[in-house]
Amino acid sequence: MSFRPRDWSSHPLLIDAGYKSTGLRGATKPLVPLPQGLSELTGPVYGAEAVGPDDADLTRNGRRDGDPQGGPLGERIIVTGRVLDEDEKPQPGMLVEIWQANAAGRYIHKVDQHDAPVDPNFFGGGRCVTDAEGRYRFISIKPGAYPWGNHDNAWRPAHIHLSVFGPSIATRLVTQMYFPGDPLLPLDPIFQSTPAEAQDRLVAVFDIDATEAGFALGYRFDIVLRGRLETPWEATP
Amino acid sequence: MSKGQTPSQTVGPFFAYGLTPEQYGYAFRSLAGADLRDPATAGREIVIKGQVFDGAGAVVTDAMIEIWQADPQGRYLQPGAQGNRGFTGFGRCGTGYDDENGFRFTTYKPGTVDERQAPHVTAIVFMRGLLSHLYTRIYFADEAEANGRDPILASVEPARRATLIAEPEEPGTYRFDIHMQGERETVFFDV
Repeated sequence: MSFRPRDWSSHPLLIDAGYKSTGLRGATKPLVPLPQGLSELTGPVYGAEAVGPDDADLTRNGRRDGDPQGGPLGERIIVTGRVLDEDEKPQPGMLVEIWQANAAGRYIHKVDQHDAPVDPNFFGGGRCVTDAEGRYRFISIKPGAYPWGNHDNAWRPAHIHLSVFGPSIATRLVTQMYFPGDPLLPLDPIFQSTPAEAQDRLVAVFDIDATEAGFALGYRFDIVLRGRLETPWEATP
Repeated sequence: MSKGQTPSQTVGPFFAYGLTPEQYGYAFRSLAGADLRDPATAGREIVIKGQVFDGAGAVVTDAMIEIWQADPQGRYLQPGAQGNRGFTGFGRCGTGYDDENGFRFTTYKPGTVDERQAPHVTAIVFMRGLLSHLYTRIYFADEAEANGRDPILASVEPARRATLIAEPEEPGTYRFDIHMQGERETVFFDV
């Protein structure tokens, strides 16, 4: 068994003319092919014991006001979906880590210089482990857009960062989820670095079935990892 | 095959409170850190440290390095075997935090995973300005004989092999600098 290669027609190139930081940080030499062995077919294992009770609820895990009716400002959302492989096989027991800005577009991170307010009741980091159907689910607030220094009047569209291992380190993925209909998407060099035919895979779908009446809007975002290549000849001695 | 892979996006500059919170002093439990040692594991303790350099030779102060390795006996953590207890073989470290703005892992020298490959550690590189994570391997300069037989090292053009070899700096401490570009650009693998 091995994993299908990274599909470079789905992933951004390492040097992107629009995203300036890539100019000095993207590798320039061709990647050297590495046949997958034990070092690539294994990976860290994080089960349900890795996750605390409020880790998947970002409206609770950063509360500082001690007020049971309190919580972060912003539009409450549910972000849910499945971790799948390319053959649509659900991936149960997979760690999903997220981090995001608050509703004003400010990160809790110490180096964020944006002068939008910090929300004393919002931290912005969370994690959960997928269930038997490969499903994950976070409760959060919709992050705000924020300015950045890439070019004049540059704004990042609202997004949530996601980090997934999958079944091995070969399936490792760090990505960003965007929101449907965001007018900043056509203007964002990071989103636009993605090959055009794969861009819609980064945009969540509003889902009335994931929406909870009287509580929060639901967004669905499936994460598709590299599938498996079966090599039956290896099974025979 | 009916679903396309979800595209990679950069980890960005603000990953620390989500992925390496304890290292940066955030009140959120880290799932993995830079010290991989485990009281029940016996092996040779080593430090692997280094800096990440961009194409202009500047030290990158907002990269995250992950490492994945076998234990001192050459065994990888197997799914379901022990969960995330004991020696997991997995570590995470952000740069920009210590006195040289580098990364520093305290771990064990990995054993040999099969008869062909020299002891090695897989490293995964993430940073703002890097749209897809990159894989490299850390080999050890004091394993010259095993390195000479290693098929992965042999698949790399000879002039670039040194970029994959950590050099002893003092006893038990190895330096492995990562160069994103330039003459000394680190070899990155398509895994």
